[in-house]
Amino acid sequence: MLTSVHRPHPVLVPRGLILLGLGATVAAIAMVSLLLGSNLISPATVLRGLLDPSTDMYSIVWGSRVPRTALGLFVGFSLGVAGAVMQGQTRNPLADPGIFGVSAGASLAVVIGVYVLGTASVLVTLWLALAGALIASVVVFSIAALGREVTSPVPLTIAGAAVSALFVAGTSLLVLTDETTLAAYRIWVIGSLSGRSLHGIAAATVFTCIGLVLAAANTRSLNSLALGTELARGLGENLLRARLVGLGAITLLTAAAVAISGPIGFVGLTAPHVARATVGGNHAWLLPASGLVGAGVLLGCDVVGRLIGGNAEVPVGVVLTVLGGVVFVTIVRRGRVAAL
Amino acid sequence: MTVAPVIRRPAADVAARPGRHGRARVVTITLALAILVVASAVVGIMVGSASLTVPDVVRTLVGAGSSGEQLIVLDLRLPRVVGAVAVGACLGLAGALTQTFARNPLATPDILGVTSGAALGAVSAIVLAGGAYSVSAGLLTVGVPAAATLGALVTAVVVYGLAWREGVDGYRLILIGIGVTATLGGLTSYLVARAQITEAAAATQWLVGSLSGISWASVGPVCVVFAVVAPVALLQSRDLEVSRLGDEVSVGLGVHVQRHRFVLIACAVALTAAAVSASGPIEFVAFVAPQIARHLTRAGRPPLVASALAGALVVGGGDVAARMAPHEIPVGIVTAVVGAPYLIWLVARRHGKEALA
Repeated sequence: MLTSVHRPHPVLVPRGLILLGLGATVAAIAMVSLLLGSNLISPATVLRGLLDPSTDMYSIVWGSRVPRTALGLFVGFSLGVAGAVMQGQTRNPLADPGIFGVSAGASLAVVIGVYVLGTASVLVTLWLALAGALIASVVVFSIAALGREVTSPVPLTIAGAAVSALFVAGTSLLVLTDETTLAAYRIWVIGSLSGRSLHGIAAATVFTCIGLVLAAANTRSLNSLALGTELARGLGENLLRARLVGLGAITLLTAAAVAISGPIGFVGLTAPHVARATVGGNHAWLLPASGLVGAGVLLGCDVVGRLIGGNAEVPVGVVLTVLGGVVFVTIVRRGRVAAL
Repeated sequence: MTVAPVIRRPAADVAARPGRHGRARVVTITLALAILVVASAVVGIMVGSASLTVPDVVRTLVGAGSSGEQLIVLDLRLPRVVGAVAVGACLGLAGALTQTFARNPLATPDILGVTSGAALGAVSAIVLAGGAYSVSAGLLTVGVPAAATLGALVTAVVVYGLAWREGVDGYRLILIGIGVTATLGGLTSYLVARAQITEAAAATQWLVGSLSGISWASVGPVCVVFAVVAPVALLQSRDLEVSRLGDEVSVGLGVHVQRHRFVLIACAVALTAAAVSASGPIEFVAFVAPQIARHLTRAGRPPLVASALAGALVVGGGDVAARMAPHEIPVGIVTAVVGAPYLIWLVARRHGKEALA
């Protein structure tokens, strides 16, 4: 499926340039995100507010739009890279935090936190999400490892689905027994960038940075794994270490993103596909490209949600499910996925 | 036509049809499952706030019980038990059909989008009708199943239409279904988030899948649908065996692959819509019941009758357990708590790979 080696990147445009182009696109979307909002303020005023501390706009721009844009970039990049690592690890073009059970684990931990503590700050949510995502990843991996063939993608995917179902059941039980938890959970679970403060972002950044380092360290292994586990082992790959590093990256990146914005779907699923179509299957290029695509997609959808909702803006998670669904179906219909 | 390696099967494995010994095993397991289903139904009638003995139950069922027992058994517990069995059988059979024709254990009505379409329809009805106080409770009990059925059918048509490209490839159908499922799930969450908290609670309750509010009025349609669709599905079972060999082989053997798939999907959709309308999405059953049946019978594909019985057993037994809990919990949670570890055990087993790949 991921026959990256057999399908090298066509050398029409250097991949460095493509990466630069993706970066420029993301920067442009970030600019638009700063300029546009549900409150219509002229771009000139926003720009002045961005630069001049003496105006009223300074606090609005720096207090609301800059953090929101930064969070969008941060969450989108994390999910994009996490999705690419996940799809490489499982050799499954459909792998995403949902199928793997990582989002479900993080959600259950957060719901337990809300249930026990009443409300949860970003920082508490972050640690809970990390714990939940870690438990989910470790459980899924251990189950798959108990089987004879440690590294086959199919048991891993099914184990993820099973563990995910278990976590969702636990979440439903807690949510059903306590209306206060339901009230908090139902808002959090759609995934949104609005009203998320920068408080706790430092800790999330640390998580993400470690996750990105692990993902980078996993690059060579991911390229070997794309050939199949037998060949990867033949190439001298330490499969257990490769799996552990990959799972560490997935867990940290997903936990940080989920803690900040709630479980946002489709970024981790679609970003790697778009990235693969532009830079090819080599993970050294695929991971950064996937991160950039993820950041651009998430932020773009957030802007769209701000504009279409009128007074009540549509959360980015909802925009993404609709837009991502369309993109996903288009990719499938064009046969890209089957050709991976 | 490209088929991904994940679902591509080695020819030797596909060719492993049950021999005479294997067929005897299928019959034995099927009978054992049927006995267990009846036993779980009897237990389901016995347990509750007023517990009855087996003679009580039998006496009441033949019409010789006291008026109190008649009320408890015939009006309260029997619809629930029959509903559990019918819903479970529908889900098990639907899962067996979709898993077989797509040649992938992950291909269940849940993943193909049918269940989430039904859920979105029902939640729309709960949220929209709940907001307007003029809507009576009676209309809501009709409206929710109707909206769920409509949602399931529309989604199935949309998914099938989107997957159609000079025919429908099983793998593409699953992918489209996953995309549509995620989209509908997001919209459902959005509706729940925008609703009043009471409607949100009702919608969440329904989304888990529960038999607690079931009555004869909602059990009837499920039984009728099962009685009509199950024979059609069983008649297709010979072609199912052939379709596992892959499209090219099937066409070569003279099976009309596309028409065959269309009939199978129509059967699965009708069964799922009926089940979900009655009880809400009890999600794990269609996934796990056919795998239980397949594992127990050691057949090459999920056997249809055994899958339906396994589904009935999972839902029926799960509902008994749900009612016996200190605070009654929805059966959807019980089936997940029981079904997920079973699947995990399957994966963790030495031969987990062969059982599931």
